[in-house]
Amino acid sequence: MSFAELAKTIKSIKFGVLSPDEIRKMSVAVITTADTYDEDGMPIPSGLMDPRLGTIEPGQRCKTCGNRVGQCPGHFGHIELARPVIHVGFAKLIYTLLRATCWNCGRLLLTDQEFERYKRLLKVYAERWPHLIRKLNEDVLKKAMKVAECPRCGQPQYKIRFEKPTSYYEEREEGDYRLSPIEVRARLERIPDDDLRLIGINPEAARPEWMVLTVLPVPPISVRPSITLESGVRSEDDLTHKLVDIIRINERLRENIEAGAPQLIIEDLWELLQYHVTTYFDNETSGIPPARHRSGRPLRTLAQRLKGKEGRFRSNLSGKRVDFSARTVISPDPNISMNEVGVPIEVAKILTVPERVNKFNIQELRELVIRGPFEHPGANYVIRPDGRRIDLRFPKDRTAIAESLDVGYIVERHIRDGDVVLFNRQPSLHRMSIMAHRVKVLPYKTFRLNLCVCPPYNADFDGDEMNLHVPQSEEARAEAQVLMLVQEQILSPRYGGPIMGAIQDYISGAFMLTYKSTLLTREEVAHLLAAANYKGEIPKPAIVKPMELWTGKQIVSLFFPRGLNYSLKASFCLKCSECMKEDCPHDSYVVIRQGKLLAGVLDKKSIGAGQPESVLHRIIKDHGTDAGRYFIDYAFKLFLTHIDGRGFTIGLDELEIPEEAKVRIKEILKEAERKVRELIESYHRGELEALPGRTLEETLEMQIMQVLAEARDRAGDVATQYLGIKNSALIMARTGARGNVLNLAQMMACVGQQSIRGERIVRGYINRTLPHFKPGDLGAGARGFVYSCYRDGLSPIEFFFHAMGGREGLVDTAVRTSQSGYMQRRLINALLDVRVEYDGTVRTAGGFIIQFKYGEDGVDPAKSDHGKAVNVDKIIEKVLGEVIEK
Amino acid sequence: MTLGLKAIRKHLSKYKDKLPKNVLDELEEKLSKLDISEKECKRIIEEIHRAYSRALVEPGEAVGTVAAQSIGEPGTQMTLRTFHYAGVRELNVTLGLPRLIEIVDARRSPSTPMMTIYLDEDHRYDKEKAREVAKKIETITVENVSRSVEVDFLTSSIVVVLDEKVLRDKDISPENVAKALEKQKFGDVQLEGDMVIRITAQTSDVNALQKLREKVMSLKLRGIKGINRVVIQRERDEYVLYTDGSNLKGVFDAVERGELKGVDVSRVMSNNIHEIAEVLGIEAARAAIIQEAMKVLEEQGLDVDTRHVMLVADLMTCTGRVRQIGRHGVSGEKESVLARAAFEVTVKHLLEASARGEEDPLQGVTENVIVGQPIPLGTGLVELFVTAAPGGKRK
Repeated sequence: MSFAELAKTIKSIKFGVLSPDEIRKMSVAVITTADTYDEDGMPIPSGLMDPRLGTIEPGQRCKTCGNRVGQCPGHFGHIELARPVIHVGFAKLIYTLLRATCWNCGRLLLTDQEFERYKRLLKVYAERWPHLIRKLNEDVLKKAMKVAECPRCGQPQYKIRFEKPTSYYEEREEGDYRLSPIEVRARLERIPDDDLRLIGINPEAARPEWMVLTVLPVPPISVRPSITLESGVRSEDDLTHKLVDIIRINERLRENIEAGAPQLIIEDLWELLQYHVTTYFDNETSGIPPARHRSGRPLRTLAQRLKGKEGRFRSNLSGKRVDFSARTVISPDPNISMNEVGVPIEVAKILTVPERVNKFNIQELRELVIRGPFEHPGANYVIRPDGRRIDLRFPKDRTAIAESLDVGYIVERHIRDGDVVLFNRQPSLHRMSIMAHRVKVLPYKTFRLNLCVCPPYNADFDGDEMNLHVPQSEEARAEAQVLMLVQEQILSPRYGGPIMGAIQDYISGAFMLTYKSTLLTREEVAHLLAAANYKGEIPKPAIVKPMELWTGKQIVSLFFPRGLNYSLKASFCLKCSECMKEDCPHDSYVVIRQGKLLAGVLDKKSIGAGQPESVLHRIIKDHGTDAGRYFIDYAFKLFLTHIDGRGFTIGLDELEIPEEAKVRIKEILKEAERKVRELIESYHRGELEALPGRTLEETLEMQIMQVLAEARDRAGDVATQYLGIKNSALIMARTGARGNVLNLAQMMACVGQQSIRGERIVRGYINRTLPHFKPGDLGAGARGFVYSCYRDGLSPIEFFFHAMGGREGLVDTAVRTSQSGYMQRRLINALLDVRVEYDGTVRTAGGFIIQFKYGEDGVDPAKSDHGKAVNVDKIIEKVLGEVIEK
Repeated sequence: MTLGLKAIRKHLSKYKDKLPKNVLDELEEKLSKLDISEKECKRIIEEIHRAYSRALVEPGEAVGTVAAQSIGEPGTQMTLRTFHYAGVRELNVTLGLPRLIEIVDARRSPSTPMMTIYLDEDHRYDKEKAREVAKKIETITVENVSRSVEVDFLTSSIVVVLDEKVLRDKDISPENVAKALEKQKFGDVQLEGDMVIRITAQTSDVNALQKLREKVMSLKLRGIKGINRVVIQRERDEYVLYTDGSNLKGVFDAVERGELKGVDVSRVMSNNIHEIAEVLGIEAARAAIIQEAMKVLEEQGLDVDTRHVMLVADLMTCTGRVRQIGRHGVSGEKESVLARAAFEVTVKHLLEASARGEEDPLQGVTENVIVGQPIPLGTGLVELFVTAAPGGKRK
């Protein structure tokens, strides 16, 4: 659809209450028969399925407008109610109106002066502070409702009681008197327009007497379609059922009135009619039992259709279903660009892009049409300039159609390599959850994506599925390509740093390639560079004799932008008390000068995903997103190729530590146990000093936890000491590829304290966790401390405690997702209209100013340098550097 | 040639309205340390200005949505539990997702109200002096200082047995307690022995006596209402008081009356946003929302730009009251009927709108999504088109 077609715009929508006249005017049929179809299955005239209400059967023409199914919008009918009934939705409003106005003269219960004063105020407010009008209306009502005698006609006012859902009683001296809807309506009719305006009711849109229904509109059939089951049995919509009830009772009421039946019977029927109309509007009205289907299921009537998550508003109006979309399982592919998405051929044959025929592409499109819908680069439809669609699935001879193609035709061709599509993974928590990718049609049945886009989508490959959408207009494609393409989204607006980057094996690989002891032969270098599609010259080898060898740093340097200068501490850094910077003995201080990696290893801190102020960040910030994409697509290939060739595994023997270490760990744990015992003893002896503001028990718990945590850490330290730098587990932990040192400690030394709600495990039996312990045992083992490590295995009791701790984690996650989901929904809903205007102010949809300058400095966080407007150092360096070069 | 500070300031002054203050300050500081020529200085400032202009938000940018996402998305990564406050082991403070929800909800009072009280120059370096101040702030009730408070039904009196140790610790004499009780006119107060106080009530009704006992127990002897506990904590070179319970007005009033000395009033902080709004005004509340939200996010190790939090805080406070993010606040006060109906309590909003005869001008996002039109954000905001005639000429 182009913008020209969108020229039809809706400027505004007015809300109001239908008057009986309007209902009759828009109605095409009076509905008087409660039945729907006769024996032959034909709709009964002036029944609920009256053909004048519109058609739902294909092929049939509408009796009112003559259109077929798709075009006929449906037409309203109406029911003349024998007696008026209250509209439940307005029952409360009617109550306040009855109380605020005089039953005799219909005026608001205000004196002339008050009335004039409020009227003046209203006029002023309307001009100046429109948002205060609501408050004024409430004040007027509050004031009027307190008056006991009409200041206009002097009539005393009875107190009115409202009984949910739809009855009103006057509390008279002689007893309560029930106001019938007729009387209510009569009173509401008497309220003058001017008085209504004061209390916020617009008499042009909603006269209060219209809130007492005398005529009920019957919605068209398309609103309440019946479904035919396979057995041929017709099943009517809930609304139709309800309308049947209403008509039946209405007719009975009318007959009874005409026959002059006793008042009691009429009142009963009237009450029943009121009930049916009430439940027709809202079947969850408090105070009355919900109307039920024959099966006992409550009916889904008008209010239920609109309400809630599955209601019309949230599921059909705020969110809509779309065509040109696909969904399947995702799997990784390190060989495609981060901008690409691998699309299965089968999907590519169904999703299409409309392409207009012109003299440049006619030949190509003809070929596509000839190839047809069943072969990949083909086409599914041809649209002639007169709007006729030709389905290419059926004609035998597609060549003829291809021949007939001419400039101005539109061919819906299969998507193919290079097309722009949108790719999405739920939950769509931020804008990087939907990004534009370039199509790469691939065999097999999964969507393929580059691993570096996993972090923004929060995707993994344990069965995740993702959605793909194909933009159909040129405008949409252009926007997707310019604004939403993956490389344009590398920098997150959340913190102004790259959200994409290396993960897991990329980091291990980068570390191993750039580590100082890595030396590569000519063959290896060639292999690496070929994998990364490097087209330049091989640098001079770092070592010439006895054989030519290159360092990994040399190879990586080939992929940095030429002018890159940077230094930072690597994740591998041991955080020595005094940093030796460039001379770091652990090769943990990264130095890049003029695009050459001089010192340090590349790891999570420099190329990892979600790391602000990293090398990757600098490349993107200073050299543009294209440079960033190039680095991620090609340099990262080096890391993978290297780790591929070298091999990288982790196994049980990786976690083996010498006997000596085990003894030391055991000693540490024993020592901790002794300390815990001492603490408990001193507690029993009453010698323990309570911390200020804590009870003795809390103090004891805190101290025990501290001792045990310390012991676990020390044990872990001992264990990791014995690991060499070549240890895979340690490499992963220290480079930030996966896991941390704590995980290692748990695997090799001691799992440590299991906790529930941040406390040691206390639940279970009375005064003890399990029957294996004595009641009142406060020792480490009895309260969920796991002495063993994962490698050696846990004892049954430890295992049980561990499972308890693990379960808490699961529950926690489940609760958290729902809570944070709701918070996010509210945040989005409150803020979604807020935007920056051309004058630089931040305003809501209505034009209210929220901020005079966005973020106080007008800087877009996505374009900022980790939150800072400009990186002053960088620019000074740049300017001075230029001068030096000159 | 080295440029003096004066020359640098002169160059910078030209950009006074074009660059934000923090950038100007940083530039001044950094340039003055450098050995540069006038030309270079000019170049640098120009370059900075160019970089700054490039970093500006574009008109139509959906900053609201981005802010909401930036705060909401990390919510999934937050912990649910209440943690000890970093450094103060003695106090439990709600943090993580529950606290963030609390802030966004603009609850009347936080689940763990807390104050941070800084001390003035005379008191902040000495722990003893800090303790003196703390003593005056902490609420002490009769219950706190007594070993038992019992009802003697025989004589229809209440017997308070005081705890000598606590009394000494808190520096209160039994006479003080008796006097405080007398003031309340509970009945005839008598000091029996050193540590026993007997209050003879006028009534002998059992229920009334029980109620009276409660009243006696909760009688405040000293301190500021609502502050249950004060913890002294060393923070860098000074001592800071953290309180369990919050009463800004109480502290300010006490200082004003001269009862409380040593408090640096300008640095008293509460985590109760409504209280701040009432006592210090809406701007302070805005600052408090930003500070509290950023604190939660930072504590969880989540990196979120302040601008997002600022926008949320501004939206919450822009009417002069603290509004909730949700149906009773920001969302419920939207101009558009459809936007309100699409959020929560759909039917109520539709009925109300029809009675008032409201008109939805379709200016927001939700409304336009509902009617199927381009939304007025970003590229959808542009309303003016230039139609190019064939051949590239503008019509």
